[in-house]
Amino acid sequence: MPMATPSAACGATEAAAAPLLVIGIGNPSRGDDALGPACIDALEAAVLPPAVELLTEFQLQVEHVLDLARCSRVVFVDASIACASPFSFDTIEADMRVTPLSHALSPAELLGVYRRVQGAAPPPARLLAIRGFEFELGSPLSSLARANLEAAVRFLMTRLPDTKVSALG
Amino acid sequence: MRTNLETAIGADKLRRVAIDPISRVEGHGKITLLLDDRNQVHQVRLHIVEFRGFEKFIQGRPYWEVPVMVQRLCGICPVSHHLAASKALDMIVGAHRLTPTAEKLRRLMHYGQILQSHALHFYYLCTPDLLFGFDCEASRRNIVEIAAQYPETAKKGVLIRRFGQEVIRHTAGKRIHGTGSVPGGVNKSLTIAERDALLADIYQIVQWSREAVALVKALHARQPALYNSFGAVRAKTMSLVGVGGEMDLYHGWLRGRDENGAILFDGVDYADYGTLIEEQVKPWTYMKFPYLKSFGPETGWYRVGPLSRVQNCDAIATPLAEIERREFVDYAGGTPSQAPLDYHWARMIEMLCAAETIKDLLHDDDVLGSELTVSGTRAEEGVGVIEAPRGTLIHHYRVDENDLVSTCNLIVSTTHNNQAMNESVREVARRYLHGREITEPLLNHLEVAVRAFDPCLSCATHALGKMPLIVELVDADGNTVSSLRRD
Repeated sequence: MPMATPSAACGATEAAAAPLLVIGIGNPSRGDDALGPACIDALEAAVLPPAVELLTEFQLQVEHVLDLARCSRVVFVDASIACASPFSFDTIEADMRVTPLSHALSPAELLGVYRRVQGAAPPPARLLAIRGFEFELGSPLSSLARANLEAAVRFLMTRLPDTKVSALG
Repeated sequence: MRTNLETAIGADKLRRVAIDPISRVEGHGKITLLLDDRNQVHQVRLHIVEFRGFEKFIQGRPYWEVPVMVQRLCGICPVSHHLAASKALDMIVGAHRLTPTAEKLRRLMHYGQILQSHALHFYYLCTPDLLFGFDCEASRRNIVEIAAQYPETAKKGVLIRRFGQEVIRHTAGKRIHGTGSVPGGVNKSLTIAERDALLADIYQIVQWSREAVALVKALHARQPALYNSFGAVRAKTMSLVGVGGEMDLYHGWLRGRDENGAILFDGVDYADYGTLIEEQVKPWTYMKFPYLKSFGPETGWYRVGPLSRVQNCDAIATPLAEIERREFVDYAGGTPSQAPLDYHWARMIEMLCAAETIKDLLHDDDVLGSELTVSGTRAEEGVGVIEAPRGTLIHHYRVDENDLVSTCNLIVSTTHNNQAMNESVREVARRYLHGREITEPLLNHLEVAVRAFDPCLSCATHALGKMPLIVELVDADGNTVSSLRRD
């Protein structure tokens, strides 16, 4: 059967302009896993250009393809125990190979799903990985993670006013 | 070979194979096998690191915070925890009968969750196995391959997921961490615009859900012998059913059946779950093993989730899903299906039921109503039970005179299924691995059995680099012979 066009209820035609989307990923109640949402909180408190949209999610799921579909570019913000302090900011490419380990997707896997489902290249994407240290349920951000968060937010703010691809490059 | 395969004799002389964690299963699942030098299987264990710190996290908090905070237990089915907690706290605030608006909005939220959860599992987690076969090379058993080979299927999965999320957003107020359900009712109803936006898509969603049932039946028909027997073990079942015996995933009473389908108990108030169920601790795992008290731990274990629910109820109230339920039951031939792969068929029947239920609720003007909450005589204790996507979910709280939670007990769906999953994995090991050279496709057979149950654990911590996949082969002396790791 032909594929129906997603309607407004499916969230694909909500915005006329193609924004820069910043997605903060993490659980606010699990220590430094809150770094992604905390970054979004900090950005929400700032004055951002109208072409910047913010989104907080526990984890990435396949339907986030539809959020990416209406964006010119995307920045994922996530806690990491793999990067060096205070943060890393790297281009990510679609991962077309990996079998997902769980119900959730990594940013690269999401871009891979995008390419297959949408039949087109995903928007240019960067990953702002902020070094975290402790992930206990009920714990606040660790002091080291909080310092890394502040550095990461300052860095991201310098990149957001100009939403051209080059500004994030 | 010991027949139960739970504990091997002379384990120190055997070599160990571990799959850790299981791919496409939340959290830290691990299967360990103990083999002798002829590859004969002596022990199989599914270890699931259940997170038990959540009860402590909740204790001491004001009770009205709980429906929001419990959503942070799980990134996959937060709505189920949101609603189970709300139902328990309804009892605390004396709300024994909600307003029609509140009850229907909660149902709408819940069936939105069922829809999107079942869609994710079917379209993205299990179809790689079902469409390409268990022996297919690992590089092709993934959602990208599904999208390449079956692009329409992959797109429908995405759009059904998003529709379910939109139902949740409109009823809970937000895509995540919603606040829609509160002790005693809800804090918002639908606007006409929100209802109409959902109505614009629901008929397409119902149609796609029908096609999903047709697809899973076609897959079943392609290999009936495999589907009917793979990992099959005889088990008791338990679920909520509506007070008329119909399928009801939001509310009802507890019904259990034995391995032959005979009623063991029925009409049990779920607040009395403690009279039915006890949890056993085993030395080799942190996860508990619930069992029916009247049978004891050896034979009292049971299965929950779609396969149990579709066979435990007497009927489904929505017409299209009822037709499918009847066909499923008739196919089983009068005795309950015990085959884990039939979870997929049952799950799609439930997805169709959820889509139809959402359609009916959207046509009910009560979801636009303004009477949102009720209250009554304050109580100290409340139990809330809901049929979450993966099975029966129990929340139990006590609240002190200062409105702070003093006791919290949760029994989640995956815990109910712990023994059933272990038994199915052992059955698969007996049949497919015993005496054979262990290969990746053979190990995948074990994972297929686990994935059929769609287990989900504490999954909301996902920081990059925290979820490695490790496969280890260890010899009898404990030396790692080989290992693979993927971050």
